Amino acid sequence: MEALKTLQEEIHPMEDVLRMDRMPHIWCPGCGIGLAVTALSAALEKLEMDLNKVSIISGIGCTGRAAGYVKLDSFHTTHGRAIAFATGIKLGNPEMKVVVFSGDGDLISIGGNHFIHAARRNIDMLVICVNNFIYAMTGGQVAPTTPLSAYATTSPYGCVEPPFNIPYIADSSGAVYVARWTALHIRRLTNSMVEALNKRGFSVIEVISPCAMYYSRINRLGDGLDMMKFYHDNSEIRHWEDTKNLDIAFQTPIVVGKFVDRERPTYMESYNKWLSEMKNGPRKPNKK
Amino acid sequence: MKTKTKMRAEPKGVLTETHNLNGNQACAEGALSAGCRFLGAYPIVPALEVCERFLERAKEVGATFIQMEDEISALAAVLGASWTGTKSMTVTSGPGFSLMMEHLGLGVMLETPCVIVDIQRAGPAIGIPTLPSQGDMMQARWGSHGDYEIIALSPSSPQEMFDFTIKAFNLSERYRVPVTVMSDGYVAHLRERVAIPPAGEIKIEPRRYYKGPKDKYLPFQRDEDFVPRMVDIGDGYRFHVTGLTHDERGYPIMNEECQEFNVHPLVRKIRNYVDEIIEVQEIETEDAEIIIVSYGATSRVALRAMEQARKSGIKAGSLKLVTVWPFPEKRVAELAKKVKAFVVPEINCGQIVFEVERGSYGNANVIFVPHGENGVDNPDGLLSAIEQVTKERKVKEGIIEYK
Repeated sequence: MEALKTLQEEIHPMEDVLRMDRMPHIWCPGCGIGLAVTALSAALEKLEMDLNKVSIISGIGCTGRAAGYVKLDSFHTTHGRAIAFATGIKLGNPEMKVVVFSGDGDLISIGGNHFIHAARRNIDMLVICVNNFIYAMTGGQVAPTTPLSAYATTSPYGCVEPPFNIPYIADSSGAVYVARWTALHIRRLTNSMVEALNKRGFSVIEVISPCAMYYSRINRLGDGLDMMKFYHDNSEIRHWEDTKNLDIAFQTPIVVGKFVDRERPTYMESYNKWLSEMKNGPRKPNKK
Repeated sequence: MKTKTKMRAEPKGVLTETHNLNGNQACAEGALSAGCRFLGAYPIVPALEVCERFLERAKEVGATFIQMEDEISALAAVLGASWTGTKSMTVTSGPGFSLMMEHLGLGVMLETPCVIVDIQRAGPAIGIPTLPSQGDMMQARWGSHGDYEIIALSPSSPQEMFDFTIKAFNLSERYRVPVTVMSDGYVAHLRERVAIPPAGEIKIEPRRYYKGPKDKYLPFQRDEDFVPRMVDIGDGYRFHVTGLTHDERGYPIMNEECQEFNVHPLVRKIRNYVDEIIEVQEIETEDAEIIIVSYGATSRVALRAMEQARKSGIKAGSLKLVTVWPFPEKRVAELAKKVKAFVVPEINCGQIVFEVERGSYGNANVIFVPHGENGVDNPDGLLSAIEQVTKERKVKEGIIEYK
């Protein structure tokens, strides 16, 4: 009893980074989003970053609630637009470290356009995309990441659309850092976040997470822990793998690792360079 | 560091002199004078010169411009930038304004000061990109879902594009609400003299910052006038805000009490202060029997029609709406008791005329003139409506449109 009491009174190890007044969170038992949040807070602690200078922005959905639980300047915005909102924050105050934390449906479906354009411009931000292969908050609808033949409430005969390969989109759109881990690769995921937070430019980390309540239940894949173990044990670490080869099929091995790590000038670097080189205002077209 | 806490304009952004500018350029100058240092936009006719002028001046002023991938993200970026303490603006036209409705709602919910300039063009859909219109007036008021109040201004000249853009920034900081400047393709491309006063003469509404202890900050704790206080991202408050219905802490609470707690003040902070917000310009309304109610480009023709009517012995006056939303219904109701008729020209098929009819409570005839069919600068239709309405012997029900 004594031990339990001390344990209860003790401060939570992540109290600095989490909003304890918002606990318990809304995520189901066996969900991987919490692990991704844990990895992020561990990465922030490891880097000893000034937490006043880090901002977290989420869209809508299960993962979209993450911003509400992290004790930073945090914004829970509209569906799919977290990256666009974060772009404004980064440009408005370039001192800020900006983290976008959202799900696959939010970032890749409704927010797909913002995702590729922020990558192309190389806006300095870290995008953490938790991929659970389904729209979970709304009750298990098919997502742009649902593997072929997997069931969802809106694909009762099995998904007929090929899914997006998130690292491939990020890579081909110009992201400077791309990695993928499952939620159980907690140490490697944390290390990737540390690396990505140190990068200047658009970094993407995909986190494969079980959805125990919908994806797993509809497809009869056991509970959340079974799924989490399945993803972890069936993953194959292949660093620097060509992102073309990272498609995920239904219940087959998942390639994880760090795939892209390169340098490219960010939007603000290019913009400021352009401003400093401009002597007499912008170049005007020749007048005839 | 925080230039936005000052009461007067920062000289760096103010090009004091008399210039020859079109409406769009004047709008960009107004924004820079008001302290706007972030413009996020997507290219659209007829609003482009705002971006171009802003970029021309970006270096000397130290402003940031980004051309976003669409109008949805343009306004999203503007909201994000505004929370860093940077005054922010976007500019668009009808099709883009439709896309912005999503974040107009988020801006209202997060109570984020920002300015949206809509250079209206003929619609619906793609319409005619170069044809001026006033077809987005109701959209500005009701376009986003849910309950809210909004402020919209309508300039009628390049000078007013300059003045009203500054006014829009001031109102948005004062009431913490997105403010729309509802211009049109005619005013935007009209080139006229614009007098830019010295920086010291431009009044700037400072942002309403929270100044108490850091751990006591509640993002939606309201002052007596229902407006909550702001802090900047990065200042160490580590606050949370959400587009979900939220309590004082900014945390989502999903029940009816919180819906009332959150949303009613969004409406009250405007509705209870309409007398402070609303501005109208009246000309010869004291003895008028017929009043032309107009806004934006139409006000120019309204004046000409009024003068011509006076010459032919009709006692005409003009009520020009500077603030279209909130609508000056109190003033319209007062005037309705004195006058025979309101004549409402609009470059659309009737939008604000419904408000005029509502505000006149059946005390005056309301005549709608679909203005612009024979050219925006042609007062003939308006004049003939004024002449016809003098023959009306009693107040008719509904809105009258002469064929």
